[in-house]
Amino acid sequence: MNQVMRALFAPGFFASDPVHAALVVGAVVALVTGAVGVFTVIRGQAFAGHALGEVGSAGGSAAFLGGANPLWGFMGIAIVAAGLIELLGLHRPRARDVATGLVLGAGLGLAALFLYLDATSSSTTGVTVTILFGSLFAVSQQMLPSIVALSAVSLLVMAVCYRMLLLSSLSSDLAAARGVPVRAIGIVYLVIMAVAVSLAAETIGAILATALVVGPPATALRLTKRPGGALVVAGLIGVAAVWLGIVLAYDSYYWPPAGHGWPVSFFVVALVFLFYLAAGALTGIAQARRSRRWETAPRLAASGCAEHPGDAA
Amino acid sequence: MVNTWIAATLVAVIAGVVGFFVVLRGAAFVAHAIPHGAFGGAAGAVLIGVNPIAGLGVFAVGGALGIGWLGRRGRHDVATALALVLMLGLGALFLSFSVEYAAAIYSLLFGEVLGVPSDELLPIAGLGIACIAALAVLYRPLMLTSIAPDVAEARGVGAQRIETGFLLVVALAATMTVPVVGVLLMFSLMIGPAATAGSLTRSPRNAIALSVLLALATVWLAVAVSYLTYLPVGFFVGTLGALSYGGARIWTARRRGRTAPV
Repeated sequence: MNQVMRALFAPGFFASDPVHAALVVGAVVALVTGAVGVFTVIRGQAFAGHALGEVGSAGGSAAFLGGANPLWGFMGIAIVAAGLIELLGLHRPRARDVATGLVLGAGLGLAALFLYLDATSSSTTGVTVTILFGSLFAVSQQMLPSIVALSAVSLLVMAVCYRMLLLSSLSSDLAAARGVPVRAIGIVYLVIMAVAVSLAAETIGAILATALVVGPPATALRLTKRPGGALVVAGLIGVAAVWLGIVLAYDSYYWPPAGHGWPVSFFVVALVFLFYLAAGALTGIAQARRSRRWETAPRLAASGCAEHPGDAA
Repeated sequence: MVNTWIAATLVAVIAGVVGFFVVLRGAAFVAHAIPHGAFGGAAGAVLIGVNPIAGLGVFAVGGALGIGWLGRRGRHDVATALALVLMLGLGALFLSFSVEYAAAIYSLLFGEVLGVPSDELLPIAGLGIACIAALAVLYRPLMLTSIAPDVAEARGVGAQRIETGFLLVVALAATMTVPVVGVLLMFSLMIGPAATAGSLTRSPRNAIALSVLLALATVWLAVAVSYLTYLPVGFFVGTLGALSYGGARIWTARRRGRTAPV
């Protein structure tokens, strides 16, 4: 038993403070992005989700320049960007796509400027890499209270308008007919997503923020049809990917090339991707078996459109 | 500096033409994801000591094919996001093994005015010609599947094959433009001028021409100002793109307001 444990967890895993912080912060962020991300996937806003995380890095680098806490920089810019996307995007999906792209472009341009100024003013050239790629092991424990508080607030807001959000995400026409303020809900949701994604981007890097807000929810929506269940499954898949990734990254210190740990972002992203593919294969097998059983019956369910509830919108 | 001008001009023409179709198809996410993800390939090429452009090309084409394949089974934007993060995750892995550090990465990400050696001009021009040729062949089916997908299907145009072809064109364009403008802002050069042109004129041919002109103006201005101020090219490209679109939207809105019957 002991030997198995030692093979799985490299020595010192449970005694290391950075690992503790990474496990806790990673779990909190994965739960929030998983829950928020289910709606991101249903609403088809993966691009916006990714853009907000990347644009946040402009705020992060500006805050670094001014000596402020980067978290507020990340969040402030992300919320402004969310407002701009909503304002420019109108209702047509293609205009929305272009608006998101332009806001992302402007944000990245600002990030380029601030990062350049950061690098020249402080001569710590590693800033570019840290802000863009982040690292779970660099999370400080002091950040924990504000991370938990912000996560709780965004989950609470989502819980309050859950039914309206769900209805307007699945069918905005139906929601409008039933008196749901679709536009306002859209803005509220975009702000929640901005908070969740920039929180994730600040703590674990922009790559992982995108991976967690899209990957686990998309996987969950392949596995279960019920939105409520998908919220929970997405959170669990996210936590599993992050924790497994941390264990592997810690163990990788003993892999070739010796004495050099592999980045944790790589492991988490690879796991998220594998889970998504595996879920697709699973549902594919299940569907094939079902259709074989109903070989003689008319193929009503063969369209498979239930997998993408948002496609109709 | 002369090399940069030539390269920047080539880049602007390609970005203007490809960008028109990107905006038409609402494919901004793909146009962002392919060059950005290809950065991982450049990092890998640097690690094994190959020309970064080769790495960019391999990852860009691989990413395009991957997005096309995944997008057939699931949602397109989800597929794009996952392909992007996977490529970037690999990039993070390669970077961590590589001793090449911040400066080289920074110029790949955000562009470099003086970063174009003479021997890179020929491949850039070659890729550009390939891009334009592919778009000329694809022009009619691409327009049809973008504007009227139902009609295209009825006439037997394979939407999926056209989509894959289009993704490959974006990958080609990404590979050639990245060394000048940088992976992060390359897509901004595709979207900004094309979206501005699209909001000013309705005719596709005029829109393409206007988009190329605006892209040229954007890049020339960005390169000149960047050369004078030493600030990154990407900053000017990104902000100019957003500003010109914002300006065009305000102008058309005001003109419409003036001509509309009261």
